[in-house]
Amino acid sequence: MSTPENQVPELPSSTKLIMTLATVAMISGLLVVMVYEFTKPIIAENQRLATERAIFKVLPLAKKRLTYVVDQDKLVLADDKTVGELIYAGYDKHNNLVGVAINAAAQGYQDIVKILYGYNQDNSCIIGFDVLKSTETPGFGTKITTDEGFLANFKCLDAQLNMPQSALANAITTVRHGTKKHAWQIDAISGSTITSNAVGRMLNKSAQKLLPVVVKNLDLLKQGQQ
Amino acid sequence: MTQANKKETPLTLDVFTAGIWKENPVFVMMLGLCPVLAVTNSVLNSLAMGIASIFVLVCSNALVSALRNFIPKQVRITTYIIIIATFVTLVDYIIQAVSLDLYNRLGAFIQLIVVNCLILGRAEAYASKNSFTKSVVSALGMGLGFTLALVMLGGVRELLGAGQLLGYQVFSTQFEPWVVMILPPGGFIVLGCWLLLINYLEQRKTSKLILRDKAASHGQLPSESFS
Repeated sequence: MSTPENQVPELPSSTKLIMTLATVAMISGLLVVMVYEFTKPIIAENQRLATERAIFKVLPLAKKRLTYVVDQDKLVLADDKTVGELIYAGYDKHNNLVGVAINAAAQGYQDIVKILYGYNQDNSCIIGFDVLKSTETPGFGTKITTDEGFLANFKCLDAQLNMPQSALANAITTVRHGTKKHAWQIDAISGSTITSNAVGRMLNKSAQKLLPVVVKNLDLLKQGQQ
Repeated sequence: MTQANKKETPLTLDVFTAGIWKENPVFVMMLGLCPVLAVTNSVLNSLAMGIASIFVLVCSNALVSALRNFIPKQVRITTYIIIIATFVTLVDYIIQAVSLDLYNRLGAFIQLIVVNCLILGRAEAYASKNSFTKSVVSALGMGLGFTLALVMLGGVRELLGAGQLLGYQVFSTQFEPWVVMILPPGGFIVLGCWLLLINYLEQRKTSKLILRDKAASHGQLPSESFS
């Protein structure tokens, strides 16, 4: 007869183990789907408000906006849920086009930095930007939104196109602090060079690709809501 | 084993308060230090992370305790992780619904609550062995203790690193912020200082008690008369 010490404890059957895991997974699934369904419209509304706030910040004269999606070299009217490269056209209260807001992103010091920048078609300038997502180092990388000297670069950052209107006439570049000579150069923040460079790279990449499409479709954008 | 031995200890105030100070998860047990160092660069971030952790801790411990008699030992860790991951996903959606700005500031640390050893540790060491009410009360105490530690770190770091508290300017504009305090090394420095202070106070209390005990035994008096 075996003693309690060397008795093998009774093991639960595989069915019981599977049933336990399946039940817990089912409860988990139900809870997650319920909360997801409940919060989905609220999150979508928050995202819409955040995008709208950013658009009106980079295009201060805009009172209304329309969303377009880039389809090769054409722009097609869309909404915020459309998947693809979106650009936002801002209009004043008389439905005149006051500028275009475009997304851009590049690797910063910690992670990808995402911004929305404003482009004014009348003087071919980038006229400001707003950071949509950034986990840059507080006190250093975050200076791109507070440093007055850096923000002064965007009063009118030259983004003119070349003659065939296929790319920028001059690539946007970030230069060392205090060495800016041209209107298409960005004067970096001393001590935040990596994030400053990231802003220059993302603006150049996005502008080289999307501004020719915007300029080609200016008539469509100007018609807007009319 | 007698029936009395099997009987669970009653629910006392100590179950709740232990987690807040005597067994504080950060200052005493040194659990869940990843978010403690990462998100405590401001009081608001600390509070948000603390509240999210309380929610996950209380809900997961409640469910683990409620299901403790049905979960076979062989699949308990898998089950606990599913339960914890569920509540973390819920908290993730809820924070996005409350404030996208806060969600962006907390970054990946909300999702990382899944692997916070404090939560799995309490599920395994406490909730799986105790009644529903005791588990919830203990989790609430532990969660508040965790939040208290986060806010203690966040307060010092925001004050010295930005001259502000909860976004309000405390020091004059002439104050040059100690930027290092809101950077990762600041987390280690402030945590070290708090641990030093708390351990010093604890040691002083212990040595006072020893001295009183010695004095009591010399004077042939029962030590209880001093307490």
